[in-house]
Amino acid sequence: MTETALQRHRPRKGSLVLPKSDVVPASLAAPMTGLPRFLILCFVAALVLVPLLATALGGFKELGELRTNPFGLPRVWQWENYWGILASARYWRILGNSLFISAVTVALTLAVAAPAAFAFAHLRFFGQRFLFNYFILGLTFPFATAILPLFIKVRDLGLLDTHWGIILPQVAFSQALSILLMRNAFRQLPSELLDAALVDGCGYARFFLWITLPLSRPILATVAVITFVVSWNNFLLPLVVINTNAKYPWTLGLMDYQGEFIVAWQLILAFITLTILPAVLMFVLAQRYIVSGLTAGAVKG
Amino acid sequence: MADTTASPPGKASYVHSGGLTALIFLPPALTLFTVFVILPIGEAGWYGFYNWNGLAALENFVGLQNYQQLLANKTFHQAFINNLLIIAVSLAVQLPLALSMAVLLADRLVGSVAFRMMFFLPYILADVAAGLIWRFMFDGDYGPISQIWQALGGDPLYILADRDWAYAAVLTVIVWKYFGFHMMLYIAGLQNIDRNLYEAAAIDGASPWQRFRHITLPGLSPMIKLSVFFSLLGSLQFFDMIVSLTGGGPLNSSHTMVSFLYYFGIGRMRVGFGSAVGVLLFILCATVAFGYKRLLMRDDHD
Repeated sequence: MTETALQRHRPRKGSLVLPKSDVVPASLAAPMTGLPRFLILCFVAALVLVPLLATALGGFKELGELRTNPFGLPRVWQWENYWGILASARYWRILGNSLFISAVTVALTLAVAAPAAFAFAHLRFFGQRFLFNYFILGLTFPFATAILPLFIKVRDLGLLDTHWGIILPQVAFSQALSILLMRNAFRQLPSELLDAALVDGCGYARFFLWITLPLSRPILATVAVITFVVSWNNFLLPLVVINTNAKYPWTLGLMDYQGEFIVAWQLILAFITLTILPAVLMFVLAQRYIVSGLTAGAVKG
Repeated sequence: MADTTASPPGKASYVHSGGLTALIFLPPALTLFTVFVILPIGEAGWYGFYNWNGLAALENFVGLQNYQQLLANKTFHQAFINNLLIIAVSLAVQLPLALSMAVLLADRLVGSVAFRMMFFLPYILADVAAGLIWRFMFDGDYGPISQIWQALGGDPLYILADRDWAYAAVLTVIVWKYFGFHMMLYIAGLQNIDRNLYEAAAIDGASPWQRFRHITLPGLSPMIKLSVFFSLLGSLQFFDMIVSLTGGGPLNSSHTMVSFLYYFGIGRMRVGFGSAVGVLLFILCATVAFGYKRLLMRDDHD
């Protein structure tokens, strides 16, 4: 973007913001408005969307047409590419496996991390600071660093080739961020609440269940969204843990399908489209939650 | 348990009763975290000194031999360079793109929300799926990019089979997938900048570039640091897309450190060697995290 272009399009002219006099010059965070801004945005949007559209449309074409007509609408819509996959047990099985793994991971993460976060937020006990920093250590390194010993551990516990072999490590690795986010949120609750409850003879456990949790729905939702997305998209851990096709989550199932149909790109494209569809639909329906969940989680973490 | 009704309100009132509850609230998290996160990291440090296939008894102590092999390994060198290239592209291409899109979309002009969502969309796709989508885009026989090239009169383009270009393709997809996330960070940061500053600057005759340089950039610097931090850590754990896009090829030219760990450590069950890679990764991650905390930013974990 050139300096001259920025200078030419002062936001005062042709600005699309409300014509309230104090708003117009204050929108200067955007140094470019009107048509040039719109054209640049459309260009970037095309770069982002064309691969996705080419994929979805490619799934409706015959293989040969991918060569002759890469971007256009299919000459004849090959619905059977999609119907064949939708009618296959394989497709539903990998989505079902992923759903099970992700749902249990989210439920367990919340069930395990929330009480711990509560303990760090509201209780006082010996070694608290040390233990908290111990958990925070988990923020500094990813799965991959310990994947080999983790594989041995999962094997020695007899969890190899089971969904629990994915779920339990995922829950464990989500603890650091979840505890940090929830502890910070729990702390914001007015401490008078807890004092009053304790004076009235309400124990910590009941206070946690009946007051802290219901008042903390936004942060629980944030943690749930992050954990779910990470689990849904996880690839390395299932790749190492699962051997049986019937137990594959969708990420492994997708690679498996691609490996089987190597050059039948029209089928692979339809399969990609159908497997990313749940995530895209979720995103469209709950975009606000997902965007704020993923970014807020990142920022606060 | 202390007699809470008698003591004055405030923290002192429940100081003594917390420990018991903590004994119930903490152990599940502590156990899982220790077994599946901390122990494996420690074991990686231990296994790294052995030559072990994961099955026989762990007795073939080889000292630092795994690390020597690793540091002498040409493919690992390339993988390390490839990780650095991700960081370079993140800083040189992705950051400016994300920042300029954020500036264009920060205010609620017509269509802003729709564009934000479009740009964020690739971020929610699994890396595996994104990699396969682009494996198609870059395919020499059936892929659109090759078709365009041929329509312009060129020969079919086998980008992913070309040693010199396969990794450039990986880098392209990284920018495509991740710039929207960084853009969202910048948009969040821009909301915190006082808009009156722009007005004052405009009255004083500051050009748009000057306003960007002296108001937007300084105001965004915490977010820029955060975004750079994510790029660094993201680079160090980058893996899934390598598998689905290039498989590390051609001729092992497009590995990252994690994909190297997978193909050469796990794939061949060389537990000691793979653990040594993991330890090296861990040290790099810890260095980045601590360096980031000390050099750049806030210390708000207590």
